[in-house]
Amino acid sequence: MRPVAVIGIGKTAFGAFPDRDLRSLAVESVGHALADANVTPAAVQAFYLGNFAGPSFVGQNHLAPYVGTAAGFENIPCTRFEDACASSGSAFFHAWQSVAAGIYDVVVAAGVEKMTSQSTPRVTEILAGAGDMAGEGRAGATFPALFAMIARRHMHQYGTTREQLAAVAVKNHANGAKNPLAHMRKVITLEQALAGKPIAEPLTVYDCSLISDGAAAVVIVPLDRAARYTSRFARVLSVAQTSDHVALDTKKDITVFPAVKTAGEKAYAMAGVGPNDIEVAELHDCFTIAEIIASEDLGFVPKGQGGKFAEAGCSAINGRLPINTSGGLKSKGHPVGATGVGQICDIVMQLRGDAGERQVARHRIGLTENLGGSGATCVVSILAAA
Amino acid sequence: MSAESRNGIVYTETVVFAPPEQYAADAPYQLAIIDLERGGRLTVRILANSPQERAQIGDRVVFVEERDGVSYYRKPATAIETSETAKPLT
Repeated sequence: MRPVAVIGIGKTAFGAFPDRDLRSLAVESVGHALADANVTPAAVQAFYLGNFAGPSFVGQNHLAPYVGTAAGFENIPCTRFEDACASSGSAFFHAWQSVAAGIYDVVVAAGVEKMTSQSTPRVTEILAGAGDMAGEGRAGATFPALFAMIARRHMHQYGTTREQLAAVAVKNHANGAKNPLAHMRKVITLEQALAGKPIAEPLTVYDCSLISDGAAAVVIVPLDRAARYTSRFARVLSVAQTSDHVALDTKKDITVFPAVKTAGEKAYAMAGVGPNDIEVAELHDCFTIAEIIASEDLGFVPKGQGGKFAEAGCSAINGRLPINTSGGLKSKGHPVGATGVGQICDIVMQLRGDAGERQVARHRIGLTENLGGSGATCVVSILAAA
Repeated sequence: MSAESRNGIVYTETVVFAPPEQYAADAPYQLAIIDLERGGRLTVRILANSPQERAQIGDRVVFVEERDGVSYYRKPATAIETSETAKPLT
């Protein structure tokens, strides 16, 4: 396996864009990434596209060549990856493998989702398809309901409080308010977060990520070729993808995501670093409790202490370990298929020192964690500044 | 299988206010994962007419019926005979 570098990143704004279709969003992000990398479409040898539910959301299948040809790729392998909310994390993992293994030298990994053309109840139903539809789904479990049950259990076992969940939302909104590409650029107070409309008890609307449209893309090459294209590359130290049962009721302890723990352990081992070496992280806060649990399962804090960590400000931009400086899925938005590659873009921006008002002080090593379903897929990536 | 062997203890629960399209008429409704007395876990609906009848972690719940592939439970003191007459929680 040879070392790999990210040489270009590109994102659309995340939000509700009634006049934009899935393809135009994806093509825009790929165009930004290619321009950032100083690479022409003709030089790209393979295209890996993450998308969760294009067929359900917009009625379009066969998405990778549909997007790839519009982006200017000709006669190259174009393949779609679907792993729920970790779809583009999975696309990135497979793209990285293909370059690391020496199969290709210039590859684009991207992700896209167009969600806002459907009603919220319909979106809720489509998203529920990332769970076990014969069991929990049939009983009426939405994704907010699954994470609400996880939150209840975490509160029961560890004393995590409603205020600690809300602290995650307040922090992520404060960060997203400073991100020009974020969906909801709005600061919220703790009181607002606590008084939000109930979605699935104990979660309110402020604990839930947004239904968004958007796309993100990266260009990767072997590390020893990166400097030919740009001086602004980031090194990929490791990428690990893991899996677990889809149904939440098959897990022994729902306050732990074994797929996250294992992906973290593999990624740390491959990168030769540990949790204490990570200086900035993008964690998959599809719900506030998910950020709390990820911070525990990735070893940033002892089990059960994730809520206190957030409440004490340790994960704020000026904290001990800044988490979700982009605003996270909560404020930046969560076009599910775009989220994994979007996190890579956000971390590369921090490693380059390009994050403006949101720039963290120490930014040599960053981590992303992209979760699918209620923990059935996880992709953890560790990147370092050039 | 006896009804008793289907009873269980609530492992975790929630009340769903934002339902998927197909269950719009049921909301808000209580959902729980229960540890069955015979072993194993199941995701079920809890029937309740009032906040007092909602189940909490550790509560014992009894099997009411299975309809359209969904298992319905209630706390022993709740007087609900069938899921068909259940109303959304208020």
